[in-house]
Amino acid sequence: MRDLFRNTPSLPVFIAVLVVFALGVTVLSEAYGLGVLSTSFVKTLGKTACLALVAIAMDLVWGYTGILSLGHFAFFGLGGYMIGMWLMYARTELIVLDSLAAAPLPPTPGEISDAIASQIFGVVGASDFPMVWMFAHSFWAQMALVVLVPGLLALVFGWLAFRSRVTGVYLSILTQAMTLALSLYLFQNDSGLRGNNGLSGLQNLPGADAIPQATISIWFFWASALALLLTYVVAAFVVSGTFGSVIRGIRDDEARVRFLGYPVEGFKLFVFVLTAVIAALGGALYYPQAGIINPAEIAPIASIYLAVWVAIGGRGRLYGAVIGACVVSLLSTWFTGGQAPDLNLGVYTVKWVDWWQVGLGLSFVLVTLFAPRGLGGLVDLVSHRLSPNRHGAPLGPDTGALREKEAEQ
Amino acid sequence: MIRRLIISVLLLFLCSVTAQAQDMTVQDVLQAHREALEKSSRRTIGPVIDAIADSGLPAARLVLERWRDREMWQRENDGLFFYGEPVDRSTERLFDFETGAEVGVYSTRDLDQLKPNSGIQAMIAAALVKFQLNDPDPAQRRTALEAIARSGEAAHLAPLRRSIPTETDPVLRAAKERTERLLTIAYGATDAERVAAIEHFRGSLFLDVRAALNPLVETRTVYAADLPADANIKRRLRGGSADLPVAEAFALLVDAGVVTPPPTVDERKSALIAHTRDGKVAGIPVADLNTQEIRDRAYAALAARGDVPAWDPAFSEARAVEDAPFAEVYTEPSAAVTEAAEETLRSINNTVAWNQVLDLSLDGLSLASIYFLAAIGLAITFGVMGVINMAHGEFIMMGAYTGYVVQQVIPDYTVSILVAIPLAFAVTFGAGVAMERLIIRRLYHRPLETLLATFGVSIALQQIAKNVFGTQVRPLTAPDWLDGALVLNDVVGISYIRIAIFVLALIFLGIFLFIMQKTRLGLETRAVTQNPRMAASMGINPGRVNMLTFGLGSGIAGIAGVAIGLYAKVTSELGQDYIVQSFMTVVVGGVGNIWGTLLGAGLIGFLQKGIEWFNPSNTLAAQTYMIIFIIIFIQFRPKGIIALKGRAAGD
Amino acid sequence: MKHALKIAFCAGLLASTAMTSAAMAQDQACPIKVGVLHSLSGSMAISETTLKDVMLMLIAEQNNKGGLLGCQIEPVVVDPASDWPLFAEKARELLTVQDVDVIFGAWTSVSRKSILPVIEELNGLLFYPVQYEGEESSKNVFYTGAAPNQQAIPATDYFLEELGVEKFALLGTDYVYPRTTNNILEAYLTSKGIANEDIFVNYTPFGHSDWSKIVSDVVALGADGKRVGVISTINGDANIGFYKELAAQGVSAADIPVIAFSVGEEELSGLDTTNLVGHLAAWNYFMSADTAENEAFIKTWHDFIGDDARVTNDPMEAHYIGFNMWVNAVTEAGTTDVDTVIDAMVGQTVPNLTGSTAEMLPNHHLTKPVLIGEILADGQFDIVSETDPVPGDAWTDYLPESAVLTSDWKDLGCGMYNTRTETCVQIKSNY
Repeated sequence: MRDLFRNTPSLPVFIAVLVVFALGVTVLSEAYGLGVLSTSFVKTLGKTACLALVAIAMDLVWGYTGILSLGHFAFFGLGGYMIGMWLMYARTELIVLDSLAAAPLPPTPGEISDAIASQIFGVVGASDFPMVWMFAHSFWAQMALVVLVPGLLALVFGWLAFRSRVTGVYLSILTQAMTLALSLYLFQNDSGLRGNNGLSGLQNLPGADAIPQATISIWFFWASALALLLTYVVAAFVVSGTFGSVIRGIRDDEARVRFLGYPVEGFKLFVFVLTAVIAALGGALYYPQAGIINPAEIAPIASIYLAVWVAIGGRGRLYGAVIGACVVSLLSTWFTGGQAPDLNLGVYTVKWVDWWQVGLGLSFVLVTLFAPRGLGGLVDLVSHRLSPNRHGAPLGPDTGALREKEAEQ
Repeated sequence: MIRRLIISVLLLFLCSVTAQAQDMTVQDVLQAHREALEKSSRRTIGPVIDAIADSGLPAARLVLERWRDREMWQRENDGLFFYGEPVDRSTERLFDFETGAEVGVYSTRDLDQLKPNSGIQAMIAAALVKFQLNDPDPAQRRTALEAIARSGEAAHLAPLRRSIPTETDPVLRAAKERTERLLTIAYGATDAERVAAIEHFRGSLFLDVRAALNPLVETRTVYAADLPADANIKRRLRGGSADLPVAEAFALLVDAGVVTPPPTVDERKSALIAHTRDGKVAGIPVADLNTQEIRDRAYAALAARGDVPAWDPAFSEARAVEDAPFAEVYTEPSAAVTEAAEETLRSINNTVAWNQVLDLSLDGLSLASIYFLAAIGLAITFGVMGVINMAHGEFIMMGAYTGYVVQQVIPDYTVSILVAIPLAFAVTFGAGVAMERLIIRRLYHRPLETLLATFGVSIALQQIAKNVFGTQVRPLTAPDWLDGALVLNDVVGISYIRIAIFVLALIFLGIFLFIMQKTRLGLETRAVTQNPRMAASMGINPGRVNMLTFGLGSGIAGIAGVAIGLYAKVTSELGQDYIVQSFMTVVVGGVGNIWGTLLGAGLIGFLQKGIEWFNPSNTLAAQTYMIIFIIIFIQFRPKGIIALKGRAAGD
Repeated sequence: MKHALKIAFCAGLLASTAMTSAAMAQDQACPIKVGVLHSLSGSMAISETTLKDVMLMLIAEQNNKGGLLGCQIEPVVVDPASDWPLFAEKARELLTVQDVDVIFGAWTSVSRKSILPVIEELNGLLFYPVQYEGEESSKNVFYTGAAPNQQAIPATDYFLEELGVEKFALLGTDYVYPRTTNNILEAYLTSKGIANEDIFVNYTPFGHSDWSKIVSDVVALGADGKRVGVISTINGDANIGFYKELAAQGVSAADIPVIAFSVGEEELSGLDTTNLVGHLAAWNYFMSADTAENEAFIKTWHDFIGDDARVTNDPMEAHYIGFNMWVNAVTEAGTTDVDTVIDAMVGQTVPNLTGSTAEMLPNHHLTKPVLIGEILADGQFDIVSETDPVPGDAWTDYLPESAVLTSDWKDLGCGMYNTRTETCVQIKSNY
């Protein structure tokens, strides 16, 4: 444990910041404090913590292992779907039991199941439970599926892809194809997960009608913050020590690591599956706060955004991913909220609702061009730990990689 | 003999009507049916049309024609009908039907326009047939034939047959003969003439032929215990066989009144509720009735007491239908006719199947050429230069918007397209060069990061397009000569715009090959791609070459945008629809080889159409399975269909 | 002790909130805020931006007339960016941070379903302006668009009765509105004696552009001699490719008529319609409606947007009716308090733009006339059929599970009332 802290100097700082932040939010929240922060903002913060969590996963797989996966939001979404199935089933079951209690005959198990099915699927014009809902009645089974389904998908997909030595851009496109196929499949009504409508009303926890959303939101915020913290520790553990050196080696020169005798495919597969599971857990925490999950969530563009967050935050450093995810998603909340004041340029008034995406796009370009280390690079400036100046020679295939600095750690 | 009799009776009848109507004007006829005309509905308008058409008045035809063309107006103050010609948007000049004299100019606010819907229009057209068949104007005769084709009726047969011998136009005469045969199939008086007409159409691919034949072989499945002796039976069926599932067979038995269905779950439940006494049903407390078994037991107890109809839990529908006779019976009574129709249809269906395969191939080819066109620019920038340009889709969009803007300036569609193509090339060439200079140049040693930077450009460009052009779909209209479709027969056809896209794709393939193989730029590009330092030391300016190559790829994307905008739509999201597909096309085909891209596009296009063929009701599923196929395909050929070999293949 | 303090604190907080809200109910806080929740970016911006503009126009117009309850109305525009979870987030933001009195917004069914739990939890008020699939009723939502019985069923009747169609191709985009509408239509057609094999159903993805095979399939349906008609629930810009393909394959309205439920003036403005003349659309409003109110509405719209080429369409009329009804209800109630306004809304009447009167029913749906229009060469519609106003039905009569349900917020106080068992299935809506 002490090694972990020594190898990752950012860890104590991160924990401290997160704890202080969580306490601060609690004190300012509507449920347990002064009521300065609105419930919707607490929800936004909780969701942002989940996004930061999945960004750490992305950083592990891309920033440290060099696999630019454009499909990690598929796992995130799958996690959300798995938890969403239980939430929907359990909530509907309560409603159905309630309404059937008034019936002249006590309902049979078959009638209850039919009534739940027609409540859930009536919206999409069906009334039978598809096979995939087999375990939806059981919280623990569904929780296990949160980990198992995305984990298995990642395992099978990763095994196939790494075994055939699909690398680089090809792998990116392949992962993108995976998430596209998954989202197209879920878009179909016949997929059994309510097609384009997806699963909704997830913020209403079954049996918790009496508890106000203000309270539930802060609970989820705590859970998300805790999950973020644990993820950070796990990620820090993974990237420190020999394992971390090997995956960084894979990133910088895969062939050399292979010749050194390391089973490269095994390492890659482990990181891929681990990050998939982390992403799935993030999704399982995110969607009950968002309230609805549907296939548009796992469209390819979401995963590209994920990569962009990590790039903006600075990849190859865990806190960079967190910073990137938080900054971009909070900024977008602010701009789409219509609160940003219009910018009057005299000849033309910039309405941010119209122009903020242009700004966002251009900032991606600028960060990529002029700050390859991302916002995390600012930390270097503060801590005066600029990388040593090696005259002339390129730093390897990837200047964003910061090999020297990590070697020091 | 019988036919002649019918005709003479008909003629007599017509004469009498004419005699009656002698002193009437067409306005009187219209006024007599004023109510039906005002609230016109296809269900009630039939007698009105007949009354006008059979009135024998000289103006009848004019009334029907004007009415059909929605040029008949009713004056609000006195309810009289006139035909009108528009003066401007809100005034009409009215004329009298009988005399053709002008009645005056009225505001449309004082008039009601009679708007027969297309159902009524078709009925009017059918009524007009007898006036038009012998009209000196060939166009009118053609209209009459079209009306018969759309809504032929038995009454058309006689006038049509009469008009054939006097027909002078050979084309029209052939058409009339053909229409006569089609009508004979449906309404011919004797089996022999119908069979002859049917057999004439062996192997014909025309849709209207199939439309005439298929109703003849229509069947219905019936319980066949007491079929009439003259029933035209297609075949006998057994309940529970593949052609007649148990449930359907049982329903037929129930309909025939042979069996009484057992009470359903719901009926049994209602019976239980109805027989609840003091919180108990047949001695079982209501609270215990929460499984189906206990409910069944309670019901059995009730049945035993005779309170409810008996129910046998062991009742099986399969056993009930097992020995019952069923049959498929033709609705057409004549066996000779159905036999001839079946025979002819068999020959037709064979031909149709082959042609459907051909049609599907054309669709696949067309889709492939669209993918190819969208991907060819990417094949240059990604395939040759290794630059991942996520803004490629937005270059396509820019091309499409260029086409739209040009059409706003130049109203002539042909000229505007001819101007738009080079202009789109110029615009996107410029954009490509600018992007290369400003962004990509700095990122050649970080290929994966070009992905991020160009993604940023992509979302910025998309939003700018929204801000400039708005979010509405913008029209980009093809010139007239690209309208319509090349129709080989009623099964195989392909629209000209798709052919144009195919040709365009071929041209670009040629241009690409020419530039790469035969020009200095191509040579330099290949040199820079293989080894930039070596190329530089041979006196090639790699910066300039990269810039031009990238501009070329982007420019082609712009032209693809014009083509795609012509056949689909122009929105700011246009590029998004093609970017993932384009990358897949290039990757499946094999990076760095134009033939690979061609093969990739072909594979994806044909595959998608093939899967759609198996599952025609769900296009989304076809796309899903296609992508899954691609994922599996790449597992086995990670470098695509045509993989580069040797050192160039290194990452 | 600690707990007691906390409880006391919370109670005090609650009491003060309750007091402030009570105070607010008495003398109206100015300005009155109206939330506008339409996507301004992303894929739905194409349709929804116009509705945002209409709302701004209606609010500006009302302010010129002196506002409401002596207050100016202030629009609060947010952008949910066609991102469905964001609709829930923005709705919560509007209701809790911005404290809006009413929200006008949403287009797709999924965005409405996303807002529903939030708006019911916070007891907000939503006006939903788009034709939808029904099978839903919420106390907090007023549905100013058409329910299936106000669009789909009359249009199908028109096909059956007037055009004599015997074989139906139901083409739709794969999402909930077409799916449910087509389910209802299938049940309806079966009840009208159309055999199952005479109903061809196809679903395509959003933005689908490759229509050649599907159009050929539809044409081939005519092979058995029955008259074919297409009922299209194809959404948004996918229609452009569909109609272009129809025109290219020469499918004339006289041979195979196409009636669309999601194609209006706005969609046609992206098309050259000369080859589509005679195809149909069913709506509750067409821009070509010849009334003085409509003329005035179009003029205001053109003045507001500064472009005489812009068209008006059905959802715009829905917002027009909804906004005017809300203004009347607030004026009548003398407050913007949600529960009072909801009670005052039922029974409100407003003249619609096509010459009849729209009335708000106890099931929170409107009475609307059903118009069927034929496409003209200039992209407008020629109205060929107009019914008397039809009362909107939240639960369809043609699906067995829904036939027993009814919605009545006035007397029964329930949106999902089972008339057979005479129980309220659930008070909150299904989402």
